[in-house]
Amino acid sequence: MAIGQPDLTARIGSLILKNPVLTASGTFGYGEEFAALVNLDRLGAVVVKGISLKARSGNPMPRVVETACGMLNAIGLENVGAERFITEKLPFFQKIRTPLVANILGDSVAEYRTLARRLERESLVAALEVNISCPNVKKGGVAFGIDPDTARAVTEAVRKEFTRPVIVKLSPNVTDITVIARAVEAGGADAVSLINTLLGMAIDGETRQPRLANIVGGLSGPAIKPVALRMVWQVARAVRIPVIGIGGITTAADAVEFLLAGATAVQVGTANFFSPRASEEVVDGLAAYLRKQGLESVGELIGGLIL
Amino acid sequence: MDQPGQENATITRTEQLTPDIFRITVRAPGIAQAARPGQFVMVRVADAYDPLLRRPFSIHQVIGPDQVQILFKVVGKGTGILARATVGRELDLVGPLGRGFHITRQQPLCLIGGGMGIAPLLFLAQRLCQVPEKPEILVLVGAGTRSELLALARDLEQLGLAVRTATDDGSLGHHGLVGDLLAGLDRRARQAYVCGPYPMMRAVAGQCRVLGWSCEVSLETMMACGLGACLGCAVPRGQGDGYLHVCKHGPVFDAQEVAWR
Repeated sequence: MAIGQPDLTARIGSLILKNPVLTASGTFGYGEEFAALVNLDRLGAVVVKGISLKARSGNPMPRVVETACGMLNAIGLENVGAERFITEKLPFFQKIRTPLVANILGDSVAEYRTLARRLERESLVAALEVNISCPNVKKGGVAFGIDPDTARAVTEAVRKEFTRPVIVKLSPNVTDITVIARAVEAGGADAVSLINTLLGMAIDGETRQPRLANIVGGLSGPAIKPVALRMVWQVARAVRIPVIGIGGITTAADAVEFLLAGATAVQVGTANFFSPRASEEVVDGLAAYLRKQGLESVGELIGGLIL
Repeated sequence: MDQPGQENATITRTEQLTPDIFRITVRAPGIAQAARPGQFVMVRVADAYDPLLRRPFSIHQVIGPDQVQILFKVVGKGTGILARATVGRELDLVGPLGRGFHITRQQPLCLIGGGMGIAPLLFLAQRLCQVPEKPEILVLVGAGTRSELLALARDLEQLGLAVRTATDDGSLGHHGLVGDLLAGLDRRARQAYVCGPYPMMRAVAGQCRVLGWSCEVSLETMMACGLGACLGCAVPRGQGDGYLHVCKHGPVFDAQEVAWR
């Protein structure tokens, strides 16, 4: 490492990342979609589109709508399914020097368990991120992520099958996110990432119809950053495991705020859509910020909020 | 397929064709050289968070070695900002994106455009006119009224093409729908290239099917990324379950690939 270059490395369980900047699941495809526009080797990790055991075709159109400083989506977890992911999408990660984090989702604990067992065999999967915002079919469609017991049960099931780091991605659509964070920590999670999208809706006053075919969807983008920051701050104080901050991060200045609030790493999400190089620019900007502040490592920032 | 790039493109010309239809020319060498008819660019209309997302525009023309033109109607905040952009300003473009028209020389060709759907057809017509043995090309264009059609029909005519027009109010050409013009043609099978509002494309695709023509349509949907990542631009498949994505599988499709609703 050149003299004067700050140390950007971040540790998530046993995984050491060259920097704390990841891409958020669902905003970066399977990585290769951005290969022409972004130097993927420069990112901390790529978190790919959520994968279920079987392929899912997703919701009817319209699926996305722009709102003030944000967007609503109701894609409906469209994905190619685990087997096609492994045969068609995974091999791309042999070509790049950035680890892959596979995001998994299911509608039963058993489905999460099977996915974790299957991906354990794929050495290119450096870590799992478990999306617990999905409806639990056995519990009448109540999301795993809003009940501490089911959130913990999913985490334990995945933990048993997967030996590399397990990150659990938390839903913000709860009364107290720290309760869920503690539950998944107790279930064996190596880290938590937050926040997933906030439930929202948009209505067309002319037609009197909802703008999304699904009626409600998940709000993301700069609009949700203050909410995400508040939740990251709360969770970072409530658990001992690393927290990965997500929610409207577009610039290095945004990333710095999340680190100060206690995040060990961050994910760039919706920004990838309107600014495809955003993740790489956050890496550059973070290094520049550390140099300017006279800091030797990004670790010195984590939880550095002055109250 | 050529890889897309991100370019800061300087605006070299702006034109106002009607009170709400605009044409912007930018210098974007990478996109100009790689672009093929039917492909599109994603434009960041402002360096701001509202509007947040890029807007997709089909490539209207490639001019010379390094300039690209888009044509648009002001429909909301994003296009409103774009309409006020002035020469010298930089626009952040990503492109060229998507799959364009499939160029065949085997049959007489028929380009059918409605409203702003005429945008990609000018680029297509220019490229079709460049092939060594220029194919027989007929262009049918329709719009609400004469002023929306005049400049575009003239550009197409300047390529030496036969252009027939239709307007909703009868102020230019046939008084009615552009699809009505198909009825007056000889019975030879043609390759149709269609772009326009969804109901117009649905109707024309149906007519082509009855006539036994091959038909390619260029679809437009809401999309967040244009890169195949957000999966927001889904259209139902014509056969089987599931969806195709306009940004990646299209925006140009064989009319039979998609389900018409």
